[in-house]
Amino acid sequence: MRTASPRTILVWTLVALVGAAGWSVLALSRGEEVSAAWMVAAALGSYAIAYRFYAKFIVHRVLKVDRTRATPAERLDNGIDFHPTDRRVLLGHHFAAIAGAGPLVGPVLAAQMGYLPGTVWIIVGVIFAGAVQDMVVLFFSTRRDGRSLGQMAREEIGPFGGAAALVATFVIMIILLGVLALVIVNALAESPWGTFSIAMTLPIALFMGFYLRVLRPGRVSEVTLIGVSLLLLAIVAGRWVAESALADTFTLEPATLVVWLVAYGFVASVLPVWMLLAPRDYLSTFMKVGTIVLLALGVVVSLPTLKMDPVTEFAGRGDGPVFAGSLFPFVFITIACGALSGFHALISSGTTPKMIQKETQIRMIGYGSMLMESSVAVMALIAASIIDPGLYFAMNAPAGVIGDSVQSASEAVANFGYSITPEELALAAKSVEEASLLSRTGGAPTLAVGVSEIFSTVTGGGLKAFWYHFAIMFEALFILTALDAGTRVGRFMLQDMLGNVHKPFRNVSWKPGLLLTSAAVTGLWGYFLWVGVHEPLGGINQLFPVFGIANQLLAAVALAVCTTLLVKSGRLKWAWITAVPLAWDATVTLTASWQKVFSSDPRVGFFEQRAIYQDAIDAGKVLPPAKSMDDMHTVVTNSTVDGVLAALLALLVLVVIADATRVCVRHLRDPAASRLSEVPYVKSELTVPDGIWATKAEKAEQAALATAAPAAPPSGPDSARTDGEP
Amino acid sequence: MNSLAAQVRYWWRELSGEAVYDRYVAHTRACSPDAEILSRRAFERQRMDAREADPREGFRCC
Repeated sequence: MRTASPRTILVWTLVALVGAAGWSVLALSRGEEVSAAWMVAAALGSYAIAYRFYAKFIVHRVLKVDRTRATPAERLDNGIDFHPTDRRVLLGHHFAAIAGAGPLVGPVLAAQMGYLPGTVWIIVGVIFAGAVQDMVVLFFSTRRDGRSLGQMAREEIGPFGGAAALVATFVIMIILLGVLALVIVNALAESPWGTFSIAMTLPIALFMGFYLRVLRPGRVSEVTLIGVSLLLLAIVAGRWVAESALADTFTLEPATLVVWLVAYGFVASVLPVWMLLAPRDYLSTFMKVGTIVLLALGVVVSLPTLKMDPVTEFAGRGDGPVFAGSLFPFVFITIACGALSGFHALISSGTTPKMIQKETQIRMIGYGSMLMESSVAVMALIAASIIDPGLYFAMNAPAGVIGDSVQSASEAVANFGYSITPEELALAAKSVEEASLLSRTGGAPTLAVGVSEIFSTVTGGGLKAFWYHFAIMFEALFILTALDAGTRVGRFMLQDMLGNVHKPFRNVSWKPGLLLTSAAVTGLWGYFLWVGVHEPLGGINQLFPVFGIANQLLAAVALAVCTTLLVKSGRLKWAWITAVPLAWDATVTLTASWQKVFSSDPRVGFFEQRAIYQDAIDAGKVLPPAKSMDDMHTVVTNSTVDGVLAALLALLVLVVIADATRVCVRHLRDPAASRLSEVPYVKSELTVPDGIWATKAEKAEQAALATAAPAAPPSGPDSARTDGEP
Repeated sequence: MNSLAAQVRYWWRELSGEAVYDRYVAHTRACSPDAEILSRRAFERQRMDAREADPREGFRCC
């Protein structure tokens, strides 16, 4: 038995006290305003404890990672996609790949229930579910030469469960793209400044693509420098355009933006990767990581005060204007990415396992990156909670509820139990140089207002409008990149599926097939975008829950695969580490689907909603917020589609879980009959540290190796092979 | 001071992916000295083609 040194005990006691102090203040304060510092303390304290104790326990006791076992990167090293990469560089790459719009949008919407439920779910969820999922998927994929989640589902569960997982992933992708596009439309509509800046990213990206392809191949630094400078110029120039005669050209209605976005999605996804996608990717990753770092610094420097209530009335009543339904289960599906995201399983089982140097590093890369992602979600929640609650509800309630003037919005907000004067609403819009901030749903504008408030206190009160548009730009940029990349992935899946019916489809460069499948995928998400924009009940209000359900159901698929693998690899005793999160996630999402399908509250249940509007149509009446008979028919069609979709998604995931259970039971009855496709053990020759900092023992080991074998190829600043380093 | 600049350069090149080509050259020289080494232009084209063929490579989350 190893005993901890008094110093270690002291340090961890202090960390625990910091976290506990944060939680106590957050939980116990009533009526007075609380500093965001306490939320940061609660988060960081909890993360540290979880990383040090729970993640370590999983890595060594459950997964039993093996330092002496060579990873695919070491065994199959080809210098390109398989390559042992310095763990800190890989942490950067992995984090950049998992971080996106999800953790920024979800928490903003969930702030409708108050900041406390969101905070609890983000932190507890990541520790016990999200980070565990990412790490366990990374582990099993590393043991399988970087197999994808879909392949693992097929190999370890079976063709039926595998196919259900594939279809579920495809449907989820479509809904995701539709909702993300809706977020951009809501952020850019009627905003000449934002629309111009975003439009400028197209020529900038095309130029960067040309530079990298023709002028100076591979010179990413130069091109990023040029691109980011042009991008900042585009944000500044947006204001000039908004104040000039060109303003009308860039003031677009939501419906027009839909057409542009769908056209963009189609063209971008059939153009060669080098032209638009690759340069955009550099740009958006740079902006994303840069803004996240700035936001973290901004929050720590300005330590703003939380103005939202810890728990609002909507949490219990379930009649919130942002999205309908009560705290359980809807907070847990609204906040997806920051706490638990199925999409991360696709990253953890794709590129990263082919680059990891040591199995022991999965704690830092799988668990660690997800903790970082969770802290991004906490910051988004802070940004949404520091703005005036009256403004928050005026921005996030659908137009059908608050009307389209500052007077009607002010009255509607008063009915919610908050207060903001029409003058204050007008001033808020003016301070960020937008015509109006009413019903700017989707989370992005709210986040941008919060971010601009934080950044402008740091930069001395000025520049508020610049920071608002900076934040809009940064979100729109990577959502657009996601639309392009996502359409390609969706197309790839569709080509693969159609290939079973008609062979040529499988050839991904077969032009007719390519155009057809691209059009199909863009058409599908374009449909949801169109529906979202024209929905009388509010697109985000109706579609975001379906998106949340879809995203969390993908996590259920990933956790089901993990649990099956734990059982099949003889770790039944510890299978609860993913089985419990799976049970929770399945309960939450299936309850949400159930309510969305069967609830008798028309705000929540799609079919009840459909029935009420259909009855009114039959009686020849128009029900608000619908304004015409056309609106009434729109509501009926949309509710039907959304309801069917919610039911279908739940069904698909039940199939996967049932199939996984069947495989687990079969294994327990007859362990010899089940097959595990793990790559056999090969001894590792690499000596590298496990965590961010090398321990004393690791340094000594490396020093010994460096003197024994001085010449070897370089592989990282402090790996044993140290020549060729800076 | 010099070493700090070198450190920054090393990290930047690794994180931005600019070092990928150098790594490929070093790897090919070390493992198969007789193999022909692609020019940077050809190498970058090959990487883009691979990404074109399987969009899941390098996919980022939303």
